Amino acid sequence: MSPSGRAPGPFHGPATPPFERILEFGLVACGLLSILTTAGIVAVLAGETVAFFREVPVRAFLFDTQWTPLFADKHFGIWPLVAGTLLTTAIAVGIALPFGLLSAIFLAEFAPARVRSVVKPLLEVLAGIPTVVYGYFALVTLTPLLQRVVPGLSGFNALSAGLVMGVMIVPFISSLAEDALSAVPDALREGALALGAGRLPTVLRVVVPAARSGILAALLLAVARAIGETMIVAIAAGQQPILTLDPRSSVETMTAYIVQVSMGDVPAGTLEYRTIFAVGTLLFLMTLGFNTLGLRLARGAQRVG
Amino acid sequence: MSTALSPTGRRADRVRERLFVALSAVSVAVPLLVLALLLGDVLRTGLGRVDWAFLTSYPSRHWERAGILPALVGTLLLNATAAAMTLPVGVAAAIWLEEYAEAAAGRGGRARRTAMGWLARLVEVNIANLAGVPSILYGLLGLGLFVRTLGMGRSLLAGACTLALLVLPVVVLASREALRTVPDSLREAAWALGATRWQLVRRVVLPLALPGILTGTILAVSRAVGETAPLVVIGALVYLTFLPTSLSSPFSALPIQIYNWTSRPQAGFQTNAAGAIVVLLATLLLLNAAAILVRARLQRRSRA
Repeated sequence: MSPSGRAPGPFHGPATPPFERILEFGLVACGLLSILTTAGIVAVLAGETVAFFREVPVRAFLFDTQWTPLFADKHFGIWPLVAGTLLTTAIAVGIALPFGLLSAIFLAEFAPARVRSVVKPLLEVLAGIPTVVYGYFALVTLTPLLQRVVPGLSGFNALSAGLVMGVMIVPFISSLAEDALSAVPDALREGALALGAGRLPTVLRVVVPAARSGILAALLLAVARAIGETMIVAIAAGQQPILTLDPRSSVETMTAYIVQVSMGDVPAGTLEYRTIFAVGTLLFLMTLGFNTLGLRLARGAQRVG
Repeated sequence: MSTALSPTGRRADRVRERLFVALSAVSVAVPLLVLALLLGDVLRTGLGRVDWAFLTSYPSRHWERAGILPALVGTLLLNATAAAMTLPVGVAAAIWLEEYAEAAAGRGGRARRTAMGWLARLVEVNIANLAGVPSILYGLLGLGLFVRTLGMGRSLLAGACTLALLVLPVVVLASREALRTVPDSLREAAWALGATRWQLVRRVVLPLALPGILTGTILAVSRAVGETAPLVVIGALVYLTFLPTSLSSPFSALPIQIYNWTSRPQAGFQTNAAGAIVVLLATLLLLNAAAILVRARLQRRSRA
């Protein structure tokens, strides 16, 4: 019997001894550390970004079309970096979405169990390779190959970086989309088949539409992933902030700019140092937006399924 | 799901279906072929470069003489320290979320209405979001917080703290998965025997969940081993001519060394990069093998 005489119900147990209460505080503190991490990221980014905008007007950040904070003639227009990021992201997701979605349909609807048990771990290997290795592949292996086919392809270019990033993201999309497809109740499949639909029309017109919010969630999370991807673009896309959407050109993404400044020796407290936090804040807001939307959609999809 | 089950009668439909299945099988195969090409290329270039001298030499301006010793030692120290920090914290957070916050108000249902349930829900959402934050932003956090504000400088400790925060969400998620595999009937049996909550956690739940927790943690750490961007931002060095002697020493790491060598125009250094990639991938392979072994061994023990 519990010392306090309270009846030990199934969800309460005996009265908690004092040392366990202290212990519980420790456990809660560990849980709260994750919130402190988020708070830390926001505080560090916000602090330096506010200092940045005290020296650089928001107008110059949003409406200038040049980004040259490291030159004598300084311009702080963010668009070249945003364009570089969107370009590489579009190429990557443009490749990864069809491949990832078709892989997911294959694995969830058509593949025999034996094939699936071999292919899924292999796809996970693809996701586990460090991004710096993919960067090496894009610059050293793929770019020379592409230069033979694509005329005017620069040594550093958005195309090669985007393609390799796309390959990296395929397993990410495929596993999320497969979860969404598997969550579609079998009753829908059986209903369609009973109405005389073939397997292919059943999959394409019933199962995939029923899983659409989960698939959209996979797409949004993949976009966030591509926007934040750093090493592939820093190595293979170049470090020239050119405002262009030409995939053959060298571009600089937001993440690659942060790497570029970090590799140099920029003293803390200078305006150059603060630029990386301002760029980081924008990066944070963009990925947070896509992630939040994606996670919300994914949760909604689970509830339906 | 064999084709025989298909109620499709028309031949054209069957052909269309075959074509579609073939197309989707190809789209699984293409990324895997690219993977094979990538690994083949790296192995062909890099394997010949890896020898004892390469592993035990310091960086050099001459690529033939350059080696990865400080980078390799840095990577090992960095990730061992990060794992030592993140494992207890991550497991504790997972225990709180799974065994205390959730259970205190009954599974599901009323959990959200208590203050503790609300807090747990906040932590949950927060962890899901943290897992999606790009790793380079953890680098900026580390730079602002550990390197500058806490005055650690560009040290091994600052790097390890940053990596620890980076993998924490993954460790928490993996540990929760592992805790969830322990059947509720065991918890109920422990309650019925008069166990307190901590006795239940310590003697029943943790031992059973341990293989899953360790496996998940090793996999999380193997992600940290390949992380480059946050270490670049923290200020890892690429040209280190001595080994770190303490946690406050400057440091290098394998991915940083690979990045540096890959970015140099001379082909010799890119060969070095391929060699270092081979070593990095071998390290990851070892970690994954260790995860599988740990799981197998502990599972056998807990069944006995």
